[in-house]
Amino acid sequence: MKTKLLIALMVGAMSWTAASAAATVETVKIGCVAPLTGPQAHLGKDIENGARLAVDTINATKPTLGGKPIQFVLQVEDDAADPKTATVVAQKLVDDGAKGVVGHLNSGASIPASRIYADNDIPQVSPASTAVAYTHQGFKTAYRLMANDSQQGRALGQYATHLGKRVAVVDDRTAYGQGLIDEVVKGVKASGGEVVAREYTTDKSTDFTAILTSLKAKKPDVVVFGGMDPQAAPMVRQLQTLGMKIPFIGGDGMQTAEFIKLAGPAAEGAIGSSPGLPIDKMPGGADFTQRFGERFGKIQIYAPFAHDAAVVLIQAMLRAGSAEPGKYLPELARTKVDGVIGPIAFDDKGDLKDGPVTLYQVKDGKWAAVETVGGPAATPATK
Amino acid sequence: MDVLLQQLVNGLILGSLYALVALGYTMVYGILELINFAHGEIVMLGALVSVSVLGVLVAMGVPVPLALLLALAAAVLVCVATGVLVERIAYRPLRNAPRLAPLITAIGVSIVLQNLAMILWGRQYLSFPPVLEPHIYAWHGASVSNVQLLIVAVAAVTMGALLLLVHRTRLGRAMRATAQNREVAGLMGVDVNRVIAATFAVGSALAAVAGLLIAAYYGIAHYNMGFLLGLKAFSAAVLGGIGNIPGALLGGLLLGVIESLGAGYIGDLTGGFLGSHYQDIFAFFILILVLIFRPSGLLGERVSDRA
Repeated sequence: MKTKLLIALMVGAMSWTAASAAATVETVKIGCVAPLTGPQAHLGKDIENGARLAVDTINATKPTLGGKPIQFVLQVEDDAADPKTATVVAQKLVDDGAKGVVGHLNSGASIPASRIYADNDIPQVSPASTAVAYTHQGFKTAYRLMANDSQQGRALGQYATHLGKRVAVVDDRTAYGQGLIDEVVKGVKASGGEVVAREYTTDKSTDFTAILTSLKAKKPDVVVFGGMDPQAAPMVRQLQTLGMKIPFIGGDGMQTAEFIKLAGPAAEGAIGSSPGLPIDKMPGGADFTQRFGERFGKIQIYAPFAHDAAVVLIQAMLRAGSAEPGKYLPELARTKVDGVIGPIAFDDKGDLKDGPVTLYQVKDGKWAAVETVGGPAATPATK
Repeated sequence: MDVLLQQLVNGLILGSLYALVALGYTMVYGILELINFAHGEIVMLGALVSVSVLGVLVAMGVPVPLALLLALAAAVLVCVATGVLVERIAYRPLRNAPRLAPLITAIGVSIVLQNLAMILWGRQYLSFPPVLEPHIYAWHGASVSNVQLLIVAVAAVTMGALLLLVHRTRLGRAMRATAQNREVAGLMGVDVNRVIAATFAVGSALAAVAGLLIAAYYGIAHYNMGFLLGLKAFSAAVLGGIGNIPGALLGGLLLGVIESLGAGYIGDLTGGFLGSHYQDIFAFFILILVLIFRPSGLLGERVSDRA
């Protein structure tokens, strides 16, 4: 214990001397957390690169904080998409003195970590987590830049109603599928449609003929499914087998390349939503793609969101003239920034105001963007 | 009416698949009184092998019917080899052990096969190459696709062949003799080990056929697909009377129809109190009823417990 303390003191002293020797410029630490190992590592790296681009771009403008020159430093941590690891690295960032955090990717990681940031009053802006619960825990420090599942569900419901008044819904009884469909139902009712049937399945089923047949009896104009691609693919095939030629719609769980691969020709015409704008529709998309491409290569999905998350945090600090969370948090809440992803403002929960949701349709074996619902730029889909 | 008809059609197709798999359970049980929990994984192997082989052949430009036959042959070969190997390695050394030991071994084999498949094929879902252009036939308001008709036809032919094998050939007679009494059959000159191996081989070949049909019908295959399927097929075998071949047929078809009707009507019957996610309740509720009132299954004969 004693030696540990001694080492800590020495290290502390050294880093202090190093800092004071090198730096006439002060630094502010921004945390960035995403899965950098495991199957989602490529998405995590996307987030890291996006945030890094933002920090480096701002540093190059020689920013000042309260009149003093300042440099921002990105501290990147790996949560491995794991809730437990997420809390460990969150605590590490707190201990290391991070003043704000860009992250995490997965809702399952963002939610447990958000408690630690909230307890230590450190603002967190997630570029990717969409579970409603993340911003609805009553924490003042939790923000996000993507439309949440509730906004997505409502957009889906609106769009479904606009295709046909009689809507049938199926969910897979997972937190995601059920939550999405609950919001779809609200969206359908709000836009004057009628939910004629609600059926259920599981996230392990492959045979849906029975539930689809009972849907067929209710003569719906459109079917909305809340679940993932391994179920959506056989479902759309069986819809065809049963001779039901009606639009098939789902959320981001099926708006994947995998869905098209698994469903084959039956995927043609299916509609899937995904939060956010496609990169070529983002106001700053072309410029960002070029700047990002020069340095890091291809954008996966989240880089522009991570970029804007870092920008939003740093600009709030600059406006407040302080990197102290207590001082700049109110500024963060008042954010009005034209980001790469579009105009950014938060509602009282910390959700993106009018978060846009984009609908894609399978055309010639590829997802093609057809319409954006919500978002401050777009008009609501009540054509 | 057309909805009811469609639900019956759905149920019969699902049931044919259950029946094919249930036969494997029931044949092994008939001879060894062993519940071969690894049987579902053999079906999974059949599906994965046929998807992979078919994918390669179609990419090479082999005509579709030939490619399907070759894929089936490959699946049968791999499944039979695995089935016989599993019997030789995992079950034969335990043949005279207490009953629980081979049962637990069977569960172990199932886990091993699943993990092997996960290592070989990965965790992702594989898609069945879209070689069967779907044609849909309407009949009195119910639709049936060519793939579904193929399933019923193949299942019927396979099961007919099995009945012929069991009742009309020397091997079949040896199987029935071994099922009645292993020791006595052995004393009468039946090579019991060979007969048991042959039973596993036949059951695994049926599993390979089922695997191919399931992959073709649902369009996807996955290393984990055998587990739930195996459980359902096992229930079907018990429902019909485990150890009894026509029983497995009847049990499979019944389970399919009950599930389908259950899922289709449970919401309306209970006024929305129970939804279609409770579809399995029907199947297992009926299973429990059968087990209470006819413990040996619908077609099973009352046999004294030999264990």
